Amino acid sequence: MVVDASPVKETIEPGQFFNIKCGESYFPLLRRPFSIYKINDTTLEFMYLVKGAGTKYLTRLETGDKVNLFGPLGKPFSLEQSYQTILLVARGVGIATLAALAQKAAQDGIRAVAILSARTTNDLLAAQELQEFGAEVYKVTEEEGTSDVANVRKMVNQIMIEHPIDAVFTCGSKRLSILLQDMIKENHIPGQIALEEHMGCAMGVCYACVCDVKEEDAVHSVKVCKDGPVFPLEKVVLK
Amino acid sequence: MSINPNLAVNIGGLQLQNPVMPASGAFGEDMEEVIDFNRLGAVVPKSITKQPRGGNQTPRVCETYGGMINSIGIQSKGINYYLKHILPYYQKYQSPLISSISAESIDEFAEMSETIAEVPHVRAIELNISCPNLKGNGLAFGMDEALTYELIRKVRGVTDKPIIAKLTPNVTSIQDIARACEEAGADGLNVANTMLAMAIDVESRKPKVGNIMGGLSGPAVKPIIVRLIYQVYQATKLPIIGCGGVMTGMDAIEMMLAGATAVQVGTANFVTPTAMIDILEEIKAYMKRHGLVCIDDIVGGVAEPVTK
Ligand SMILES: Cc1cc2nc3c(=O)[nH]c(=O)nc-3n(C[C@H](O)[C@H](O)[C@H](O)COP(=O)(O)OP(=O)(O)OC[C@H]3O[C@@H](n4cnc5c(N)ncnc54)[C@H](O)[C@@H]3O)c2cc1C
Ligand SMILES: Cc1cc2nc3c(=O)[nH]c(=O)nc-3n(C[C@H](O)[C@H](O)[C@H](O)COP(=O)(O)O)c2cc1C
Repeated sequence: MVVDASPVKETIEPGQFFNIKCGESYFPLLRRPFSIYKINDTTLEFMYLVKGAGTKYLTRLETGDKVNLFGPLGKPFSLEQSYQTILLVARGVGIATLAALAQKAAQDGIRAVAILSARTTNDLLAAQELQEFGAEVYKVTEEEGTSDVANVRKMVNQIMIEHPIDAVFTCGSKRLSILLQDMIKENHIPGQIALEEHMGCAMGVCYACVCDVKEEDAVHSVKVCKDGPVFPLEKVVLK
Repeated sequence: MSINPNLAVNIGGLQLQNPVMPASGAFGEDMEEVIDFNRLGAVVPKSITKQPRGGNQTPRVCETYGGMINSIGIQSKGINYYLKHILPYYQKYQSPLISSISAESIDEFAEMSETIAEVPHVRAIELNISCPNLKGNGLAFGMDEALTYELIRKVRGVTDKPIIAKLTPNVTSIQDIARACEEAGADGLNVANTMLAMAIDVESRKPKVGNIMGGLSGPAVKPIIVRLIYQVYQATKLPIIGCGGVMTGMDAIEMMLAGATAVQVGTANFVTPTAMIDILEEIKAYMKRHGLVCIDDIVGGVAEPVTK
């Protein structure tokens, strides 16, 4: 979905999201959160997977229709100037969240290597867009029997031999995130994760979308909508 | 020529510039970026508990037809943090601060009320005796007439500030509970908290909220709330704050016609972050359109059927 971004005065950064009203009636009632997929000069793009009533409504919108967006919300990814190569690992529609980061990395002269995971090759999203941003893309799927954690671990190891990776970014899979938590610890590199959780207000007041993070030895609760959705990968408690 | 309607209301001694305020748990400091708190009738932060509480398992919300179920479980940083950080934050606003309290025992309600009522800019206390997310099966103090009486009586003993009891709709006769509150010395009633509810994902067979059951809110509950307000209005003289499914100014007017003096807005804030201001403007427009000069011209004004 491409929207005219001229009414948005705030700067918009990869990792942030908008809470989108998906209908005019009381069903669907709540807004749906969607990451910023692409940031263009005058437009913004979202990429969504059709799931239930909210996303079905979005598919019925036509060119010229108005959408009611609330945002930009949340804390973005941070790209350090010193990074030369970053690794992106996305599962399914999680790539919608990482694509804007690949776009920004390209603008900042940072090389991105991406592993995209999906059930079937047909479900692999945005591979071409990522390549257009200059990213080196690897694809794994259940269909081809390549998406299991052991194989992804091998791939990440191989990638790390070929290019020193300065930071890892991930979205969309708990299994892969746990794997990456392991690997960034072994390799002493930082990581960031974009989390998804069912939201109420998306403004940080209702405590619906919480998750646990570990700070030193204490675990405490943070709000995905306000303190995240991007968090340091090593700190998030993935249950 | 139309006169400008006066929107001021009084809830048991607490004077409000208008009848629109947030519902506890659906409002907080982070909303200052989207609405001007000084335009609200009052500000009501999330219920506070004595000890810090982690809250329930996620997912904590799910959507239902025209509503939502929440099972937050009153995640709270505890009363010390509240006194040090949350209450002081609201000092800069002119809208009166109503502090919502949740406790595990009658004594704890009294102890917390006493401490919080001592804070000068806390103008009233709302007792959340109705949260369905704390005990198994949604049990709450507000389901028992005798316990409710004893609880309000105890809190009445520790403060002269207005006490608002937030009732639960999950009772057989809300009138009995409302009368118990009145007799025990409450100054106002909030009608009501959420309705104990449940939803199941039929594909995975899993309950849609982590805590299995939760509280239903949003437009779907409004007809039940309107009925409850009507019943409570008949049963007591206490001013009523209507709460549950107010999405528009007309919803607020409907509750006032049933007997509410003011309304609280929860779920609507999630759908339209500026909802409370829109609701306020719509109430004003309705009053102008009907030549009404004050809110009292509406309260309890539902037309009774003509008796034969
Ligand atoms: C920060 C964030 C960014 C997201 N970015 C994207 C994106 O770029 N593209 C994309 O396709 N999806 C994204 N999602 C997931 C997306 O919000 C859900 O797929 C969407 O809400 C489903 O709505 P629905 O009505 O179609 O489905 P339903 O399943 O009918 O939704 C029912 C309810 O559950 C909530 N819900 C369902 N799945 C999720 C989920 N995974 N996360 C949070 N709430 C959910 C809905 O918001 C709604 O309230 C993101 C989620 C978060 C939290
Ligand atoms: C996410 C959420 C959190 C809530 N937390 C509290 C709370 O802490 N204390 C309380 O008294 N009510 C709480 N409630 C109930 C609301 O205050 C209100 O009674 C209810 O949502 C009905 O109003 P609405 O339909 O306008 O949302 C909560 C409601 C929601 C949706």
